[in-house]
Amino acid sequence: MAKVGVFVCHCGVNIAAKVDVKKVVDTLKDMPEVGFAEEYKFMCSSPGQELIRKAIKDNSINRVVVAACSPRMHLPTFQKALASEGLNPYLVSMANIREQCSWVTDDPDEATQKAIDLVARQIKRVVHQDPLDDIYVPMTKTAIVIGGGIAGIQAALDIADGNRKVILLEKSPSIGGRMAQLDETFPTLDCSQCILTPKMVEAAQHPNIEIRVNSEVKKVDGYVGNFEVTIEKKATYVDAQKCIGCGICQEKCPVKIVPDEFNAGLNTRAAIAIPFPQAVPAIPVIDPEYCRKIKEDKCGVCAKICPAEAIVFDDAPKQETVSVGAIIVATGYKEMDPAVYTEYGGKKYPDVITGMQFERLVSSTGPTGGELKRPSDGVIPKTVVFVQCVGSRDESKAHAYCSGICCMYTAKHTMLYKHHVPDGQGYVSYIDVRAPGKTYEEFVRRAIEEEGVRYLRGRVAKIRRLQNGKYRVYTEDTLVGRAVHVDADMVVLASAVEPQKDAVDLAQMLGIAYDADGFYTEAHPKLKPIETASAGIFLAGACQGPKDIPTSVQQGSAAASKVLALFARDTMVKSPQIATVDPTACTGCLTCSYVCHYSAIEEKEFGKHRVAEIIPGKCQGCGACVATCKGKAITLAGFSDDEIYEEIVSCK
Amino acid sequence: MQIEKEPRILAILCKWCSYAGADLAGTSRFNYPANVRIVQVPCSGRVDPIMIFKAFVEGYDGVMVSGCHPGDCHYGTGNYHARRRIAVARRLLEFVGVHPDRMHFTWISAAEGKKFAEVCSEFTDKLRHLSGTEKTLARKELAT
Repeated sequence: MAKVGVFVCHCGVNIAAKVDVKKVVDTLKDMPEVGFAEEYKFMCSSPGQELIRKAIKDNSINRVVVAACSPRMHLPTFQKALASEGLNPYLVSMANIREQCSWVTDDPDEATQKAIDLVARQIKRVVHQDPLDDIYVPMTKTAIVIGGGIAGIQAALDIADGNRKVILLEKSPSIGGRMAQLDETFPTLDCSQCILTPKMVEAAQHPNIEIRVNSEVKKVDGYVGNFEVTIEKKATYVDAQKCIGCGICQEKCPVKIVPDEFNAGLNTRAAIAIPFPQAVPAIPVIDPEYCRKIKEDKCGVCAKICPAEAIVFDDAPKQETVSVGAIIVATGYKEMDPAVYTEYGGKKYPDVITGMQFERLVSSTGPTGGELKRPSDGVIPKTVVFVQCVGSRDESKAHAYCSGICCMYTAKHTMLYKHHVPDGQGYVSYIDVRAPGKTYEEFVRRAIEEEGVRYLRGRVAKIRRLQNGKYRVYTEDTLVGRAVHVDADMVVLASAVEPQKDAVDLAQMLGIAYDADGFYTEAHPKLKPIETASAGIFLAGACQGPKDIPTSVQQGSAAASKVLALFARDTMVKSPQIATVDPTACTGCLTCSYVCHYSAIEEKEFGKHRVAEIIPGKCQGCGACVATCKGKAITLAGFSDDEIYEEIVSCK
Repeated sequence: MQIEKEPRILAILCKWCSYAGADLAGTSRFNYPANVRIVQVPCSGRVDPIMIFKAFVEGYDGVMVSGCHPGDCHYGTGNYHARRRIAVARRLLEFVGVHPDRMHFTWISAAEGKKFAEVCSEFTDKLRHLSGTEKTLARKELAT
C-alpha cells in the first residue's frame, strides 16, 4: 500500500509569505494516502532532505511529495534523497507551489487554496508512479565545438588539454572569429591579434583538435553521449592537402572586386583569397560567385600558376557524419546592419561607418595599413563623433536589449583615435555609460580625463551631409538641457550585437531554445548559464547573449569543464521515462511508427501477430506514439495515462 | 448582476518550453488568475484529445494546450502532431455542444513568461464572457 510522505517547503518567505503552509499541512495530513506530513523552512537544504530520509526510515513512507519550487529546479535533489535511503528515485513528485503559485498569486487565501489543490493532486498522482531503473548507454568521448571564435577556441583547447578529442567546426575559411578582426582590446589596449594568434596556432597544432573550416552543421541526431552530427564542407576549390599557402594565387587573380568580409567591406579583394594574413589554416578559398573560371569557364590563372597544383575547379560540397558525445555551441554574434537608421544616412554616407569598420580602419592589417583615413576621400578626420546605442536599447527601431560591449569599445575607439590623430577631437553621444567590469570604469574615465574626449549625453537625432564634405550630427546634451550639433569628418556608429543570421536554424537542428531576439537560452539564467535544456549541449560566448572577450573565454572554459566532467564517466545515464508497448494489446497497425521522430519503433513477431516494439536506446520519451495509439497499448513511464488523468481528475 | 464563479482552466503544458515559460512567469512575478491548474506533459505531442474532453467532464471551464513554437519542438515534430489532433478535437467539441473557444491552443517558449501570464488572463476573460447555457448542457451530455 502506498504511504505518502508530504513535505511542504516555506522557501524562506518565497512561499510562506503568500501560502499558509501550516494550513496546507493540516488540511492534507488526513488524506487516506498520506502517512506523514511536515513543513520546513528550506526543504532543499541538508536538514530538509534529512527530514525526508528520517521519514522513510521511521515512518516507513514509500512515496514522497515535496511541495516547493519547480521540479525543474530541485526534483533531482529530492530524487537523490530518496535513493540514499534505498527508495526508488522515481517515487517522488513535486508540487510547484512557488513559481506556479505563491509567485503569481496576489491574494493569500487564493494562493493557499491553490497550494492545497496542487499538493493534493500530486499526492494522488504519486500513488500511480512506478519505480523505474535508469538506463545506461555507452558514451562517445569526442566533443564538437561549433564556432571557431575565441569562445570556441578556448573550449576546444581546454577539452583537448583534458586529453579528449575535439572537432572544432568553423563555417568561414579561418578560425579566429570576431576577435581576429579587432585592433586593440579594452581595458588594457593590448593588441588583439597578438594575444589571439598564439591560441589559434596552438589549436591547429594540438594533437587532440581537428579543425574543420568552411564547414557547417546540417543535421543533428541522437542524444547526450551519442550524437550523430552531419557536417557539410563547402566547396572551396582548393585542395587543402596540396596547398602550401604561398598566396601567389590571390596576387595574380585578376578579379579584385570581391567585398572583403574581414575588413568589414571597406575594400575589395581577389576572388581567390586567404581571409587574412594570420589565418589558420592559411589556405585560400575561391568565391564561386566572382571566379570567372567557375562562372564563365574563362581565366583559370590561379590553376596555371599554382606551384602545388592545388586548384580544383570541379570541387563540390561534401557531407560527413561524425559521432560525438557532447556539443558546444559557440557561434558568436554579428554586428547589426545600421541601414534601418535612415536618419543616420542608412549606409548612404561613406564616412558614417560601424564600430567594426572603424576597428579595421585603425588596424595595421586593415585596408589603410593602420593609417586612419576616412573612406570617402582619404582625408585624416579631425573631428569624429562616436554614436552609441545604435540598435541597442531602442525597441522602436531595433532591439530592447543592451549590447553590453559598445560603451567599452567606444571608449577604446576614442583612445585609438587620439593615438592616431593627436590633434583630433572625439565626441561620444551616449545614453548611459555602462562599465561594470574590472577596471572598466577607470578605462572610460581615462578616455574622458586623459584623452580629452567629450561625452555628450543624449541620442543623436539626425546626421546630414554638408556641402563642404562634413557631416552635421544633430544631438543634444541633456546634462545642460540643450540641443547641440557637431560638424564631424567621420561618424562611427556603435551598431548592436545581434545573433548570427542562421542562429535559429541551428537551434532547431540542435533542439535547443532561443529567446525572442535569437540568442540561445541557457538552462537556468543564474545557476546553469552554460547548459541548455538539452543534456550534452552547452553554450559559450556571444551566441547566448552579448559578451566581451573575457566573459566569452570564461564561458568557453566553463563549457569545456562541463564536457570533461561528462566524459569522466564511461556510460551515460539515460532517463527511464520512455515508452513501452504491451504486445497483447497492440493491433500491429504501426501508426505509432509513423509519428516517431526517432525511428525508435520497429515491427516484431509476437506469436502469430506482428506488433510494434520500441527500442529503448532510441526512444526519447516524447509520448507522441502514446497519444496516437488507438488501442492504448503504449505506456510512457513517468507520464502514463494513469498519472496524467489522475492529475486532471483530482484537481479541484 | 449575477456573480459568476471564476472560470477554472486546465493548462496542459509541454515540459521543455511552455512549462518552463510558466515557471518564468513566476520567477518574473507576473500574476495571473489563481484558477489555472497546470499539468506537465513531456511534449504537446503526448496530449491525447481525450484529456481535453476529460477536463470538461470534470468541470473545467476551459482547457489550454501549449507547446514549443513551430520548428522549436524539443522532439522535432511533436507540436505539429498536437496541432493536428487539436484541430480535430475542436470540431468534435463543437459537435458535442461545447463552445470551441473553450479550448485554447498556443505556443509559449521557455523565454515567454510574460506571454504565459497574459494568455492565462486573456483566456479567463474570454471564458467569463462565454459563461452561458452551452457548457452546462454539454457537460450533462458528456457525463452520461
